[in-house]
Amino acid sequence: MLRLQVVRRRLLRSIEPGALGDSLFHWLTGVVAVGVVALLGLIAVVLLIAAQQSIRTFGVGFLTGTRWDSVADIYGAAPFVYGTLVTSAFALLLGVPISLGVAIFLSELAPAKLRVPLTYVVELLAAVPSVVYGFWGLKVLAPVMASSIEPAVQGLLGFLPLFQGTPTGSDKFSASVILAVMIIPTISAVSREALRAVPQSQREAALALGATRWESTRVAVVRYARAGIFGAIILGLGRAVGETMAVTMMIGNKNSISVSLFDQGQTIASLIANSFGEAQIGYIQSSALMELGLVLMLMSLVINVFARLMVSRVLRRGEGLG
Amino acid sequence: MSTGAEEMAALRPRRSGMVKWIAVVAIVIVAVVITAGALAGWFSSPPITIVGAGASFPEPLIAKWAGVYVTLTGVRVNYASLGSGVGIAQITAKTVDFGASDAPLNATERSRAPGLLHIPETIGAVTAAYNLPGIPSGLNLTGQVLADIFLGTITNWNDTAIATLNPTVTLPNAAISVVHRADGSGTTFIWTSYLHLASTTWPSSLVGKNPSWPTGTGKPQNAGVAGYVAATPNTIGYVELAYTVLNSMTVAKIRNPTGNFILPTLASTSDAAASASPTLPAPDGDWSAVSILNAPGPTSYPVSSLTYLLVYKELNVFGSSMTQVKAKALVDFLWWVVHDVVDGKPAGQSYAAALVYVPLPTAIQTLDEGGLRSITFNGQTLHT
Repeated sequence: MLRLQVVRRRLLRSIEPGALGDSLFHWLTGVVAVGVVALLGLIAVVLLIAAQQSIRTFGVGFLTGTRWDSVADIYGAAPFVYGTLVTSAFALLLGVPISLGVAIFLSELAPAKLRVPLTYVVELLAAVPSVVYGFWGLKVLAPVMASSIEPAVQGLLGFLPLFQGTPTGSDKFSASVILAVMIIPTISAVSREALRAVPQSQREAALALGATRWESTRVAVVRYARAGIFGAIILGLGRAVGETMAVTMMIGNKNSISVSLFDQGQTIASLIANSFGEAQIGYIQSSALMELGLVLMLMSLVINVFARLMVSRVLRRGEGLG
Repeated sequence: MSTGAEEMAALRPRRSGMVKWIAVVAIVIVAVVITAGALAGWFSSPPITIVGAGASFPEPLIAKWAGVYVTLTGVRVNYASLGSGVGIAQITAKTVDFGASDAPLNATERSRAPGLLHIPETIGAVTAAYNLPGIPSGLNLTGQVLADIFLGTITNWNDTAIATLNPTVTLPNAAISVVHRADGSGTTFIWTSYLHLASTTWPSSLVGKNPSWPTGTGKPQNAGVAGYVAATPNTIGYVELAYTVLNSMTVAKIRNPTGNFILPTLASTSDAAASASPTLPAPDGDWSAVSILNAPGPTSYPVSSLTYLLVYKELNVFGSSMTQVKAKALVDFLWWVVHDVVDGKPAGQSYAAALVYVPLPTAIQTLDEGGLRSITFNGQTLHT
């Protein structure tokens, strides 16, 4: 009887598709996962090859050069690296506090009736295509920025070199604002998930110790979820750094460095999108654009590595404090 | 010892005979359809497809032509709007049957693609569009004044240089906000070429598809510039004629070499091309210096430009991918494109005006005819 059972089991295992399916699934997912890594490597290699002409012509000067002139064929990337960093940084500055507010409200404070619809709406906003934000920015936001918001900011902070000049509504400040609008849904949706993942016992423990709602949220919840929140911010930063269409429509597209946020600027992604159509393969301009792509890829890599290090450091310190 | 394996087996849903049969039938149907399709394709002659790529400016017109032409003749035309630069690169690499470009080939490009003909297929005009509340179309401007505005040396709308050209208009005391294209574009090339030609101040270092602008805001595409002008008072920008007509924008009259201020219209652009046509080279000649900017003639709009289809004079350069039948179809299509009427039916040029493209004047149609008649396949003439 026992022997029969064993035989039957073996037979079943060999006939049923389960075993084959399992190993097929294992290999298929493995191939796909390795393929993604290989694709990234291939992209880097192709960019490197295509950028050769520019790398040989300009050398390190490409990164420090401030002139981008397709008539004289002289290319320097500094204004665009600067523009990308400045607009992304200001977008975070504007967007992160709002996003955290949204996330904390949705996770900790909102009544159940509001929570579900609001969460849906926030997640829906994260899925709006960027060109839609861009056109909204061009048609609606830019005139409002020029006529009321920027003059108001200038009235308040005009003594800073950052806010001098004539507000036009299409400048680095407007680009930062539209980027902030675009990253808020991403950051708040992911942060909310991190906050929801905090065990209920954390909150209860803090409240039991006599903490107020605010203290409990700050000490027991946000602190506990900070790695996840940090990850959310990095995700938002990634979107801001690589954003193309909305920035192109708002930033004014001027290929030079200037301190004032009310001056036009240019980001790497926006310049590539603008110039690629008319840049011919085999000419130095397209090679320089490829090198810019490489620079953008490296920037994203550095930001990500830096973020990982920060997260792991923050976590370790947290453990030390107990 | 009743183990997990048996429980697993019990949990697994049994595939019913019904599902199996459906799967088998579906596979058979798919196999039959694929085989039938392949056999049909094998035995019937495949439809001829002509492939083109290049400038985005004529794309709506070429798309219209392709739609009409396939119903007339069965010949398909696929056009990819990728930019003039890409069009020249692809026809040079012979990956497309014809290219399209807003600018003629320069010396380098010409040496890389020997035997390429220029066939002007329509005419473009660039307009100075502005948003001055209360002031309608027809502000008088000159190339010199426009150059100084786009250089940032004329900064206020009530500058004397503008006021003396417009004694009857009350100009606002407001800063001029300049908007230009952010993306590399043939429109920018035409505009900056004109500013260089018609002024003493616009340097040749700022003539190009995407020069480094000394002032102003950049917006992507004609739509971006047009949208910004429409939304922002006291703004001036340059926009392709079709956009200003379709969006009813206010545009400047620009002074031509005879001293007349001319409003950009289909007629005044066509006049410019017609009056410049005696100076044009043959389709197989050197077009690098061709320009119909500042064309002679009292009614010519000065910021006009030809746009070209690029096609090889000897079509056997494509090797085995070109056949006698396809070569004939290509030349027939181009012949249809540059004419108003072919075989008693409306042809390519008759569809231009409705889409706000400037129809070719007769003189340029004659020039194109000469070029198309000269096209051969293995030395044999294709159009008689």
